[in-house]
Amino acid sequence: MDWFPLYNSIRIALISTGIVFFAGIFTAYYIARTPRLVKGVLDVLFTLPLVLPPTVVGYLLLRLLGPKRVIGAWFLQMFDVPLTMAWWSGIFATVVVIFPLMYRTARGAFESFDETLAYSAQCLGLPNSYIFWRIRMPYCRQGILAGTVLAFARALGEYGATSMICGYTPGKTATVSTTVYQLWRTNDDAAALRWVLVNLAISFVVLLAVNLLEKRRQKGGA
Amino acid sequence: MSLYVDIEKKLGSFCLQVKLEAGDETLALLGASGSGKSMTLKCIAGIEKPDRGRIVVDGEVLFDSQQKIDLPPQQRRAGLLFQNYALFPQMTVEQNIRAGARREKEQNKREAMVQTVLERFDLLPLRQRYPHQLSGGEQQRVALARLLVSAPRILLLDEPFSALDSHLRFRLEREVRQVLREFGKTAVLVSHDRSEVFRLAQRIAVLDDGQITAAGTKAEVFRAPRTRAGAVLTGCKNISAAQELEDGTLYATDWGLTLRAPQISPKTAAVGIRMHDIRAGGGENSCRCRVVEEIENPFSVVVMLQPVGGGQPIGWELEKALWETLRSDEVEVALPPEALLCLED
Repeated sequence: MDWFPLYNSIRIALISTGIVFFAGIFTAYYIARTPRLVKGVLDVLFTLPLVLPPTVVGYLLLRLLGPKRVIGAWFLQMFDVPLTMAWWSGIFATVVVIFPLMYRTARGAFESFDETLAYSAQCLGLPNSYIFWRIRMPYCRQGILAGTVLAFARALGEYGATSMICGYTPGKTATVSTTVYQLWRTNDDAAALRWVLVNLAISFVVLLAVNLLEKRRQKGGA
Repeated sequence: MSLYVDIEKKLGSFCLQVKLEAGDETLALLGASGSGKSMTLKCIAGIEKPDRGRIVVDGEVLFDSQQKIDLPPQQRRAGLLFQNYALFPQMTVEQNIRAGARREKEQNKREAMVQTVLERFDLLPLRQRYPHQLSGGEQQRVALARLLVSAPRILLLDEPFSALDSHLRFRLEREVRQVLREFGKTAVLVSHDRSEVFRLAQRIAVLDDGQITAAGTKAEVFRAPRTRAGAVLTGCKNISAAQELEDGTLYATDWGLTLRAPQISPKTAAVGIRMHDIRAGGGENSCRCRVVEEIENPFSVVVMLQPVGGGQPIGWELEKALWETLRSDEVEVALPPEALLCLED
């Protein structure tokens, strides 16, 4: 059995989750400080990928990053790097799709933060970066952790936008989910089932990890 | 060593307008909830921004709307003790205090400061605990320790005992009094508890609906509150609307009594007398009253007296033993002129 799709899926999911971890947290943090109208508009914009069909996300990404479109053509010309139909194209699709999950859970966590902790830290002379990383983040750790795991799980399962922007090239852009579809389409039922089982196993492990984290948190107090 | 505050801030229909000055002493802001006490502290600390005005501590301008000076809280060195103590929940007691000491850049010095303050506040046995594992009193001690280790120039205490059970308050109040004495510089205490203020502060400013209605040494403010709100906050329970009569006496409308008082002014709109200032027997400003209710306190009794001829009842607090000798359905009492408070609205 060729394990490339699993490797590729995990690679894309890890990088995407890493990007979204920081992007989602900072967006959530700064959006709380914008005027109400701007906040409303941006909030809708950032949450949109959550409700859009993944194919619409894929279509929009192709319109932006395709080899004949503005950004795609520029990259191809400047760096000789195509932005579509490569394994890293999956990162673009996955980032867009999982961003709302991270952003919304982080925002919920930040909103529950007791601002007097930040005020008292300021009065003690602690710099704002210290307050963010050592006080606000640990306080919101639970929500942020939950958002990260959720985003990672969703990234592993991402199919629609990825298949549009990466296509399916065995050993190049194939992921677990696109492989299942491809094998089923080509009537290779036994192979498809193998990948379905792999998929189930991954999901099981991720959910188990979430539950274990939950338990440890309850035991650890705070 | 000194504090000068003269600020204005509008919040909807509420207008805070405060002018304060204090030297090396504890100044108490006495006011009901919503009077703007905490807002004033937050303006000094730099958490809230006044619309207009000037704040100076030890000669350094922290805020000046005309000169466009507005130092961030980190540079103000104002040690603000929050009502809920605001201990960092994910840090142990020792880590909390170490966070407070971060202004000291030299590692060895900082660590020495942390150890000193842990010892001074008896926190060594608790150093590894998290805030949620501490009692309210212990939390306050940690908060005070963390505050002092940050080397503030001025201490700001926001209702420091409101989160504590009453039996703890007295003990912790002694601790705070000790801290204030050791600190020796300007401290501002916000409270709605007049006895607490009387015990802890040297100067008092009474804040009512965003305005300072009385200020001075605590003796001055308690002996002669100028306004109705000041009288209420300093514990005067008997207050009646009043008007000056042509012969220079004062007619207390609610009680239906004509009284002689030494300090009547054209602005006098009410008259008050503290419950324990009423005397038994005749004399100046005496009247016969019907006893409508007796309320027993642990060590005294409050007798509600209704002046004969109608009117609102007046509370009279006296020793239980004395009341035993006087008890009857009708008594004669006097409201001594020197005990009467002539109040503005």
